[in-house]
Amino acid sequence: MSLTFLLLGIALLSALSFVFGRQRAIALSGGRYSNLHSLPVHYGTYTALWCGLPALALLFVWYALQGSVVQALIISDLPADITSDPGKLSLALNAISLIAADNAAHLDVAPEVVEAGQRLATLHTISNIALIVVLLSVALLGLALSYRRIFADMRARNNVERIVRYLMIGCSAIAILSTLGIVFSLLFEALHFFSKISPVDFLFGLEWSPQTAIRADQVASEGAFGMIPLFAGTLLITFIAMLVAVPVGLFSAIYMGEYASSTFRAWAKPALEILAGVPTVVYGFFAALTVAPFLRDSGAVLGLSVSSESALAAGLVMGIMIIPFVSSLSDDVMSQVPQALRDGSYGLGATKSETIRLVIFPAALPGIVGAILLAVSRAIGETMIVVMAAGLAANLTANPLNAVTTVTVQIVTLLVGDQEFDSAKTLSAFALGLVLFLVTLGLNVFALKVVQKYREKYD
Amino acid sequence: MTDMASLMEDRAAGSDAANMRKPVDWDSADIARNVKKRYAAERRFKAYGLAAILLALAALLMLGYSIVSKGYSAFVQTYVQLEVTFDPATIDPDGTRDPAVIGRANFDALIKEALRKRFPDVTSRSEKRKLYDIVSSGAAYDLRERVMENPSLIGQTRKVWLIAGDDFDMLNKGYISADTKESSRRLDDDQISWFQSLTDSGAIEKRFHTRFFTNGDSREPELAGIWGAAVGSFYTLAVTLILSFPIGVAAAIYLEEFAPKNRLTQIIEVNINNLAAVPSIVFGLLGLELYLNVMHLPRSAPVVGGLTLALMTLPTIIIAARAAIKAVPPSIRQAALGLGASPVQTVSHHVLPLAMPGILTGTIIGMAQALGETAPLLMIGMVAFIVDIPGSAMDAATVLPVQIYLWADSPERAFVEKTSAAIMVLLAFLILMNGLAVFLRKKFERKW
Repeated sequence: MSLTFLLLGIALLSALSFVFGRQRAIALSGGRYSNLHSLPVHYGTYTALWCGLPALALLFVWYALQGSVVQALIISDLPADITSDPGKLSLALNAISLIAADNAAHLDVAPEVVEAGQRLATLHTISNIALIVVLLSVALLGLALSYRRIFADMRARNNVERIVRYLMIGCSAIAILSTLGIVFSLLFEALHFFSKISPVDFLFGLEWSPQTAIRADQVASEGAFGMIPLFAGTLLITFIAMLVAVPVGLFSAIYMGEYASSTFRAWAKPALEILAGVPTVVYGFFAALTVAPFLRDSGAVLGLSVSSESALAAGLVMGIMIIPFVSSLSDDVMSQVPQALRDGSYGLGATKSETIRLVIFPAALPGIVGAILLAVSRAIGETMIVVMAAGLAANLTANPLNAVTTVTVQIVTLLVGDQEFDSAKTLSAFALGLVLFLVTLGLNVFALKVVQKYREKYD
Repeated sequence: MTDMASLMEDRAAGSDAANMRKPVDWDSADIARNVKKRYAAERRFKAYGLAAILLALAALLMLGYSIVSKGYSAFVQTYVQLEVTFDPATIDPDGTRDPAVIGRANFDALIKEALRKRFPDVTSRSEKRKLYDIVSSGAAYDLRERVMENPSLIGQTRKVWLIAGDDFDMLNKGYISADTKESSRRLDDDQISWFQSLTDSGAIEKRFHTRFFTNGDSREPELAGIWGAAVGSFYTLAVTLILSFPIGVAAAIYLEEFAPKNRLTQIIEVNINNLAAVPSIVFGLLGLELYLNVMHLPRSAPVVGGLTLALMTLPTIIIAARAAIKAVPPSIRQAALGLGASPVQTVSHHVLPLAMPGILTGTIIGMAQALGETAPLLMIGMVAFIVDIPGSAMDAATVLPVQIYLWADSPERAFVEKTSAAIMVLLAFLILMNGLAVFLRKKFERKW
């Protein structure tokens, strides 16, 4: 049963309820709306909300739980020799879903699995029919109850407004819920990971090679999960990016704000903002196919061996991406410095550049530091440029001509493709994600603190 | 008063003492030199600023140039004209004209036959195989469609334009040069000479490449198109918009108009600002854990992509909507309240309509960000190789930026131009959306 159909059905029922509620209110008023406590629209909305909202909530809960409940039912019926082995179990579950989708004519599996597949198909049908029945009865029940409660002196508007208010509170709470969701989902899997690998090894280990034995009898080593090389790589690329973005961004903000004529500004500012709007995957392509070969070739001319996945290429392009970020933030900060300070400086005979360097810049410094910290946090979390232009091998090096890898690159490589949620390899991505989240969060909070604490107050 | 007076006395005492300064001679050479130095520094500083802007603009131009110069050729495609005999023995041996029979026929054999006829001196097995590469493997489908549409072709011999293989397309566009060493290019001397003879006889043509806009992904560069990814992007953005717009606007209204100024509201505000700065890949991890591992929603589906991107765009929309609502002057609210409207009525009848242009501008910018987003979608499995055009938001799909990422990873030379062309299409959409946002802002901007 398609979700769109169900949603449309609920919308239709709510619209009908609206009409019913409104009609009843008009009938009760006997032609004079002043006999009613609220406008007829409010009575209509009241019934519509009571009809639609519970059904909608139920629909989402149903969809959220359906998958896990059905899977639990299927697993409980499988023989123990399949369920005890996670590898076998995931294979069997795959086969079962294929069979249920009638997509496995030539699949060679155990009869229990075939049976389970057919059971899954029936379960899906049952679940869908049950969903429709339950939804319909909830919607109609809501309609009937709210319809019966409509009287001329019922406070429909207050009721509706209270519901609307709770809905808005719920929407605001989603912001908190998603933060909690991020923290808990990362923490949950990361703790899982730390039960296999000690946090000390992870945080301070100098070697990263997340290969673990796939079968128990394999000789392959345990794999090393030390994140220092990843972080060193991330910081190296971030540092290069900042070397590009901070001077260029600051100077363009200064020129834009203090020197440029308004026509130049009108053209150059949107052009710079285009740089901020270009998707990162485009920068990644540019870095990997234009900048990296260029650097390698010019390195060869100079007799330097530049890796084709050098940190320099990724860092340079990331710097270009961050220029507008630095420039627009510092432009904001510098334009907030009051005109009186400038006038005072000019009155003492300072040139424009002296005013900027000795008066405006120091006054705006906290804001600029905050902007740079935000830019650093952005560079650390940037993914596509490094995935496409930086390497995969975790080298612990400070040479920008070598290939390094970053935290985000590793998260992507570990999680793209098939995943097994019981191997340390997959779980380590969540541990890396947790570290990344905490570091960027810390940087952001710190940046805001710097701005708030050292901001000059002018009156 | 005493402070000031003592200060002045100090000054006077200081100047009275040893360093009784002479009045400055403003015309001295020292001063002139100093002024000159300061003006030079001024000019240098200004030049640095200009240089910084020009550097950034140069980077933008280089980015644009490298993409357009690599990608413009992807909009045309090489076609080869061959004399194909629609042999009834191959297509429809029993003469039934049954579409099912024709559909199963081996049209590849017809093309191979035509190629052998065109180059009769190619005899060895390995040479023949090299010869067959001239025509794309997709050409057989074209022939089939043509015959299905017009069964009277069977038995005739017609000159037909067929889509060329990707290596020959590259050769025709000049990306493979005959001057390079034979071992280091993908086509050998024989293949180049065959192609040359076809060119000389006028049997090679470049045509506008409609397939690029109508096909799904393919392993063959000449058959790969962006339509599948574009539809996937559409479904994903639709889900994102449906979820994030109402939720974001409702949250913004509550925080701006109704929320009491207490600790909880403050926490929500700090939270939203921090969420806006969380790296997008972390949202991908959240989506993977929450939607796929906990809720068991289908992998690679636009629904999951949309749900993930909705969480990511929500802070952007909330922040923009709050700014727009804040910009509506309080006098409007007071007037409505004074006439007896309830707070909810005030907001829904007056504040919200006035703030709508600003909210829409913010929403469009948020959607443009979501359209260009790649990393979180990689986490939830939208990187699969998908040939079919998705039919609904529950089908496996990919999106434009992920398609770009996938093609950029492909080793074939022909995918480089496809990637750049796909980037051009993506950028065109982004420019369109941002242009719309600017237009809305300009048209409805109101100074109170």
